[in-house]
Amino acid sequence: MAAHLKKRVYEEFTKVVQQQHEDLSSKKLRLTKPSKSAALHVDLCKATSPADALQYLLQFARKPVEVESVEGVVRILLEHYYKENDASVRLKIASLLGLLSKTAGFSPDCIMDDAINTLQNEKSHQVLAQLLDTLLVIGTKLPENPSVRMRLVEVACKHLTDSSHGVRNKCLQLIGCLGPVEKGVAKEAESQAAKDVQKIIGDHFNDQDPRVRTAAIKAMLQLHERGLKLQQAIYGQACKLLADDYEQVRSAAVQLIWVLSQLYPESIVPIPSSNEEIRLVDDAFGKICHMVSDGSWVVRVQAAKLLGSMQQVSSHFLEQTLDKKLMSDLRRKRTAHERAKELYSSGEFSSGRKWGDDAPKEEIDTGAVNLIESGACGAFVHGLEDEMYEVRIAAVEALCMLAQSSPSFAEKCLDFLVDMFNDEIEEVRLQSIHTMRKISNNITLREDQLDTVLAVLEDSSRDIREALHELLCCTNVSTKEGIHLALVELLKNLTKYPTDRESIWKCLKFLGSRHPTLVLPLVPELLSTHPFFDTPEPDMDDPAYIAVLVLIFNAAKSCPTMPALFSDHTFRHYAYLRDSLSHLVPPLRLPGRKLVSSAVSPSITPHEDPSQQFLHQSLERVYNFQHLDPRGIQELLEFTIRDLQRLGELQSELAGMADFTATYLQCQLLLIKALQEKLWNVAAPLYLKQNALASAAAKQILEETYKMEFMYSGVESRQVVIIHHMRLQAKALQLIVTARTTRGVEPLFGMCEKFLQEVDSFQRCFISELPHMQGSFVDKLLDLMPRLVTSKPSEVVKILQTTLRQSTFLHLPLPEQLHRATANIIEPTGESDNPLRFTSGLVVALDVDATLEHVQDPQGTVKVQVLYPDGQAQLIHPKPADFRNPGPGRHRLITQVYLSHTAWT
Amino acid sequence: FPAVLLCPGAGQDVGRSCILVSIAGKNVMLDCGMHMGYNDDRRFPDFSYITQNGRLTDFLDCVIISHFHLDHCGALPYFSEMVGYDGPIYMTHPTKAICPILLEDYRKITVDKKGETNFFTSQMIKDCMKKVVAVHLHQTVQVDEELEIKAYYAGHVLGAAMFQIKVGCESVVYTGDYNMTPDRHLGAAWIDKCRPDLLISESTYATTIRDSKRCRERDFLKKVHETVERGGKVLIPVFALGRAQELCILLETFWERMNLKAPIYFSTGLTEKANHYYKLFITWTNQKIRKTFVQRNMFEFKHIKAFDRAFADNPGPMVVFATPGMLHAGQSLQIFRKWAGNEKNMVIMPGYCVQGTVGHKILSGQRKLEMEGRQILEVKMQVEYMSFSAHADAKGIMQLIRQAEPRNVLLVHGEAKKMEFLKQKIEQEFHVSCFMPANGETTTILTNPCIPVDISLGLLKRETAIGPLPDAKKPKLMHGTLLMKDNSFRLVSPEQALKELGLAEHQLRFTCRVHIQDPRKEHETVLRVYNHLKG
Repeated sequence: MAAHLKKRVYEEFTKVVQQQHEDLSSKKLRLTKPSKSAALHVDLCKATSPADALQYLLQFARKPVEVESVEGVVRILLEHYYKENDASVRLKIASLLGLLSKTAGFSPDCIMDDAINTLQNEKSHQVLAQLLDTLLVIGTKLPENPSVRMRLVEVACKHLTDSSHGVRNKCLQLIGCLGPVEKGVAKEAESQAAKDVQKIIGDHFNDQDPRVRTAAIKAMLQLHERGLKLQQAIYGQACKLLADDYEQVRSAAVQLIWVLSQLYPESIVPIPSSNEEIRLVDDAFGKICHMVSDGSWVVRVQAAKLLGSMQQVSSHFLEQTLDKKLMSDLRRKRTAHERAKELYSSGEFSSGRKWGDDAPKEEIDTGAVNLIESGACGAFVHGLEDEMYEVRIAAVEALCMLAQSSPSFAEKCLDFLVDMFNDEIEEVRLQSIHTMRKISNNITLREDQLDTVLAVLEDSSRDIREALHELLCCTNVSTKEGIHLALVELLKNLTKYPTDRESIWKCLKFLGSRHPTLVLPLVPELLSTHPFFDTPEPDMDDPAYIAVLVLIFNAAKSCPTMPALFSDHTFRHYAYLRDSLSHLVPPLRLPGRKLVSSAVSPSITPHEDPSQQFLHQSLERVYNFQHLDPRGIQELLEFTIRDLQRLGELQSELAGMADFTATYLQCQLLLIKALQEKLWNVAAPLYLKQNALASAAAKQILEETYKMEFMYSGVESRQVVIIHHMRLQAKALQLIVTARTTRGVEPLFGMCEKFLQEVDSFQRCFISELPHMQGSFVDKLLDLMPRLVTSKPSEVVKILQTTLRQSTFLHLPLPEQLHRATANIIEPTGESDNPLRFTSGLVVALDVDATLEHVQDPQGTVKVQVLYPDGQAQLIHPKPADFRNPGPGRHRLITQVYLSHTAWT
Repeated sequence: FPAVLLCPGAGQDVGRSCILVSIAGKNVMLDCGMHMGYNDDRRFPDFSYITQNGRLTDFLDCVIISHFHLDHCGALPYFSEMVGYDGPIYMTHPTKAICPILLEDYRKITVDKKGETNFFTSQMIKDCMKKVVAVHLHQTVQVDEELEIKAYYAGHVLGAAMFQIKVGCESVVYTGDYNMTPDRHLGAAWIDKCRPDLLISESTYATTIRDSKRCRERDFLKKVHETVERGGKVLIPVFALGRAQELCILLETFWERMNLKAPIYFSTGLTEKANHYYKLFITWTNQKIRKTFVQRNMFEFKHIKAFDRAFADNPGPMVVFATPGMLHAGQSLQIFRKWAGNEKNMVIMPGYCVQGTVGHKILSGQRKLEMEGRQILEVKMQVEYMSFSAHADAKGIMQLIRQAEPRNVLLVHGEAKKMEFLKQKIEQEFHVSCFMPANGETTTILTNPCIPVDISLGLLKRETAIGPLPDAKKPKLMHGTLLMKDNSFRLVSPEQALKELGLAEHQLRFTCRVHIQDPRKEHETVLRVYNHLKG
């Protein structure tokens, strides 16, 4: 009680302080309110030189101004503006006006007229530009007022003839942001200036200043973003801008052309210097492709990126992008890709030793060679060979997007993508592997391509290897040699990098299930069985052997003839692996193994998942146990918990759900057990010995409920309330146990008070959920609340005890998706033979590699704990950059932890 | 103002690069190379051709060296010390650092091995290098008041540069050798839209369009790998600097990835020094090396060791980089002789070979070679050609022309027949005139120079205020006075001109006399005329 009082006092005290503080500050504000503008006025009048005035204004700008006084301040500022001769001060005032009109809650229409007026008399270009900027701010603050906008646009149009680029820039920006978007409005207004915003902006595409040209294009893009349909007529203008001298103009022009090509893909444009006509989107595609070999890499990146989103382009043009005619001394030469393909189709595998197989072939007609590619020719060939890796990445991304929409293009770009696997920059390699994975359902790898792909498995970067494993999961291989090659390379990888084990197994699982017919002829070789001799039984713990088995078992799933090739120990190993690595080994229909097949085969029912059914059935059974005797209830709970835990182990997708419910049932079980303890019937002095179980149970329940609340993702408020309810029960239990075991009433006061407070806060937090909790502990407790508050602790304990016994078990509804947050440390492995040695006082770095599943916001919540042998523990917060996100709900923590310790004595 | 040009060295020939440019009265010599195929007087350009008898220093304003290959700088000590030239020589920092090493190496081979006399000495190389002024990329260097030069990245070898030479408003861009596709250690050539009057471009690969470099690299690695696995020896003749470093990086990373054990050797001496400079001039390399050198400098090789002559007889597989690259002399030729008889071995020629060298002979399929002393050498080893030489191919040349937008193009450093094709293409695509002079031929290009005139701001503002906003693309008519004084032109307002010249303003009044036959009195007549005019 005392503690509580103290706390309350403290709370109130702090509150008081805060209020005082608030009072003070608000008072101060109120005091300054009339005087803030006045003070500024005084300051500005005092200022003798422009530099002084500027200083005052700068100081003023640092303080916030409240809404009510904005207008006053603005008036003062304007007054000084008119008087001021120095341009820099006027500039600052103009920028302050803009800043002030941004103030939330202030409607700037009152100062608009003044701002426009000042604009008319201003001579300095810089100030003009700043004023226009202010007007832009004002205009954007008043989106619902078309007449204001119209007026502002008119003002801007008037200043478009200014000789300073800054002013023209701002005018165009303003028109872009505020220009009328709907055709109807423009006609209604019939004002001369706003007649055709697009034409006005379009006129400035030929401005003499590149900055203004850029601003004009940007304004046009802004109009497009605001929903105005750009006219097709500007396409010609935009095309001319692609040859501009300045990179920012070209970059913006590329964007504009892209926008137009998306707007009018099907309209027809003529090809200059010939009578032909082509679709606009094709023409634009050609032009943007041309920009991939621009002089500035910024433009190149921009162009390469945009290419990816031009999916309406015709396939003829698309395929040209990968085309590059080679020649040597004017004779046609085949590319290495073509040669590889021919070698493959002629049945000769990568002999590569043919003399002069790249010798030039036929003569080329000199007139027919086009050295400067018109249109799309070879754009990606250039982009993928670019000097800057930014361009290469953009090109790979674009390639990916285009290939996803066109299977034939995917087939063609494969060679190029495979080549990118050998890029010198890791990010590019990674990106191209990911790209390949995305398009993998459209393609089948040739053997020579597979060879190049697999060579990357030896890469020392873990990200690359894992990306490659994922790629292999979903590739189609054409021959059995290919499968064999892949397996051999993966096993090589496994020996070189044993930590890749899980990933390789998973990869082989998919490889097997995708290519059962290709694996079938390899089985005897892989299992090293012999028709006449018995071969020694391989070691079951060898990861490489497990890898081979995973491949075979997954292939056997859809290939019923395969098990006939297995030897006896293979079946034993199957049973073992099916149990230990159930996520990798599928259920098989094995001949002569009735037991296994009958137990497993019903699980292949397609529509209704039996394990889900089982889960719900067992839960229903539990919730209906009311009529059972206590002994039966306990047994039922124990069995159900065991079943659920086992289910969680077997079915990874149900693991979260099963664990969650199992934990809840466990809590309930503990509660029941605790309440059935004999201690309640025994005389007080004997409690001491026997209370161990009850208080331990209470503690454990508390712990479990916290786990339930925080360690699962997808927990909804319905579950939270039940978890809290369980916790409340545990606390009640704790209270009762303490009351029984301690002598004297003094400490009980505080505890009772605290408990009642918790009940109170529970009621407040979950008031909406209370109707669902009929007959529960808290329901009954709240009924008795008035009595509890007034009664003594000993009575409270008695009441609690009875309500606890009488209350019903609450049904825990399951959410749709429930996953347990887990962290699995891959490295350092648990039982390492060589301990980590380091000099005391110095630091050693330990590589930590862990996968986190279903952890929300890992950057903020996950910490690494280091436990030293002397029991000292240290919590380390990893850097946010150490977390990678390989898939939804999955995170990967690869970090270094620094250990240090003083000498042990 | 014609820009005159003359090629004592490389016109339609790959070998000696030496070009003389006269631009607006200034004479600039571009490169000063030697020919690898000759061992007599023909190896150096004929400098007497330039001035006939006068002193070179008086005639030339400066000499520019584009990069350190001997066919671009080999004749430099001969030119500056033996013929005599004391003016400035411009080159980039890496070129200045590496050039003397190569010259010294070349001198050793010629003098010490072949015992030639009448050749430049080490001291001459040193003296010559003292005349060199180093320039940075994109740095504008004022040679004198009128002549300025500026270097652009060329990507051919470390420190290779293209030079823009500018006098007044006339300009010439000389590309030297350049490469438009980046490789394992260098970036791509780049130039801004400087719109020179003349672009002098190399055209080694005028009729070739090359496959992607990745395929080339893969092929190369595959060939080397296969030979080594068979137990054969691989000889890669290279010039000590340039391609060699690229191939080293390529093999080094491949060896590391594939965990190969066969030794890789690089002929000693030269390389260590040169590699040192490669490590040093990181800013001149490509993006990847620039980004990663903090963790590990890519030129710190782990698998590549120094070569000793005795190693050539060692059994087992090995890879050897040996100089020089065209198999015409030195270590590469020695090793080639030793290994040529075994069909398991392989020689990979990674670059261009000049006619007359052993390299050129074996590449053209000759299997029996006549060596010095009338020996006949039978070549059984495999001969592979991999185009790793970093010259721009036809597409690359076109791309550079597109970037720079010159008014005229001149092709040098190539073979006449091939240049003809490219010339035709350039004229067709860009509609600019294109030239391809032969050795010793002079080409004159007429330019249309613009004359800059200063105009006072007041006048400009006044004139532009009249009428609509000026259109940048169109000429505009304005009134003013052109003052030509001390070689400078100024456009000023008439009042200003009068004031400056100290002249009084004269007004011309045009009058004419009209006779009127009128009987009335004078003032009446006047009144009548007045009323008439008024009406």
